[in-house]
Amino acid sequence: MRQIVAMLRRLDRYVVPVLILAGWEAFSRSGALPAALLPAPSTVAWAWADWVFGTDGNTQTYSGHWLFDMLASLSRVLAGFAIATALAVSVGVAIGWSRTVEVIIEPTLQTLRPIPPVSWIPLAIIWFGIANKPAIFLVFLGAFFPILLNTIHGVKTCDRNLIRAGAMVGGGNRQLLRFIVLPAALPSIFAGLRIGIGSAWMLTVTAEMVAVKSGLGYVLWDSYYFLRYDLVLAAMASIGLLGFLSDFGIRLVMARVLHWQRNTTIQSGES
Amino acid sequence: MATIEISGVSKIFKDAKRKADVTALDDINIKVEKNQFLCLLGPSGCGKSTLLNMIAGFEKPSSGTVTVDGQLITAPGSERGVVFQQANLMPWLPVWENVGFHLLLRGGQKAVRRETAQRYIDMVGLTGFENHYPSELSGGMNQRVGIARALLMNPQVILMDEPFGALDEQTRMDMQNELVRIWQEHQGTIVFVTHGIDEALTLGTHVAVMSARPGRIREIIPLDLPRPRDITSPQFNEIKRHVLDLLRSERTKPSLETLDHS
Repeated sequence: MRQIVAMLRRLDRYVVPVLILAGWEAFSRSGALPAALLPAPSTVAWAWADWVFGTDGNTQTYSGHWLFDMLASLSRVLAGFAIATALAVSVGVAIGWSRTVEVIIEPTLQTLRPIPPVSWIPLAIIWFGIANKPAIFLVFLGAFFPILLNTIHGVKTCDRNLIRAGAMVGGGNRQLLRFIVLPAALPSIFAGLRIGIGSAWMLTVTAEMVAVKSGLGYVLWDSYYFLRYDLVLAAMASIGLLGFLSDFGIRLVMARVLHWQRNTTIQSGES
Repeated sequence: MATIEISGVSKIFKDAKRKADVTALDDINIKVEKNQFLCLLGPSGCGKSTLLNMIAGFEKPSSGTVTVDGQLITAPGSERGVVFQQANLMPWLPVWENVGFHLLLRGGQKAVRRETAQRYIDMVGLTGFENHYPSELSGGMNQRVGIARALLMNPQVILMDEPFGALDEQTRMDMQNELVRIWQEHQGTIVFVTHGIDEALTLGTHVAVMSARPGRIREIIPLDLPRPRDITSPQFNEIKRHVLDLLRSERTKPSLETLDHS
């Protein structure tokens, strides 16, 4: 009995997705909308399966091509996200730590921040052409600011008493930064990374719809022209899945790096 | 030569908003000899923590000088170990890394840091908790880690700012005994800030009784009571009565700030 309860407990996370899929399937089959406009999950799964494994060729040129499309998008996300992380963390630490740096560059950055990354697309295309670069540039823009702001916040809210303790044991500025400020800011930085990876996926897909001829976003937009809404939905689901997985990856790293936070916060048991 | 020499130190906090400057410390002169255990005793707001922070190098006097072994104090340094009111440990480091934090900053080898830290962990009675994190320990245990961290630097002076203030009575008495034991075994100069009369008289070789607003030294009393000290003995009570008198005359003194004392 107890085992059954435990098993049901583990199933609780699947309840909502299963209900949504079942309801959607039923709605699509009821004929309230033409089947072509809202393909049922089973139809989407069928198209997706062919896209991934090349089962029956119903997606034509995309048949069996999913891995390639996915890797194209993923590589852009990773490249842009990596550049954004490196730059945002170092600039953020500098701004948070030094009043001078803050005065010199913060106003500029805060002016650039409200400009939607998407509005850079024309310039990005002019500067970088139609290929990976404009997409990576956009991903960078989208991920940079959330990571930057969270890093600044993390550095600024570092407990002054810990800095005092560090100075007391003989730490100079550089050591205080490395051994106290940075570790203290890590929880905030990770919060920024999680927001940043979400923006990164959004902007890769946007860029691919406009400025690149490959990747999940391109397939999505291309399928729209060919009225293949099942493939559009399969592309959307793929993006959602990859976004979820990359966030999960960050959370795994975070659980390792911030293991000292266990049992000190509300999220404690989460993994 | 005195280990710590505080001469003519005043501290004025500028209050721009109210356009009224607050004199926290007024012309303080203290000499602490090597191996003395000086307790700074006074009501809250008498500037005793400010004075300690100046010896630590966290704050600068408005006038006057603080020297340790002849060196003018301008910044914090590892030859002056500080034990804070809150333990102020790095929550992301296990106990042994916190104790060996001084060596970590100096880039010491892990094995050496581990071994050195162990000696001090044993000294403060935390054997077996080396790999615990601060959040997993009680307040008293965290204070022990803080004390071990300061001792590990083998400082000339140890400065303690009400380190046992947040502990319960029982734990506090245990910690006081241990502190006296460590001090007796290893010698060293200690300045200990407290508002507890019993605590000051139990620990110190000297007690500096301070008055508030402006913070001044009322009297420096040498204590030659035998150790371990009995807080119920007649000699102890005699000194306690004297200290209480000093503090009481302070309280009844007519003052604009009477309201603040309630």
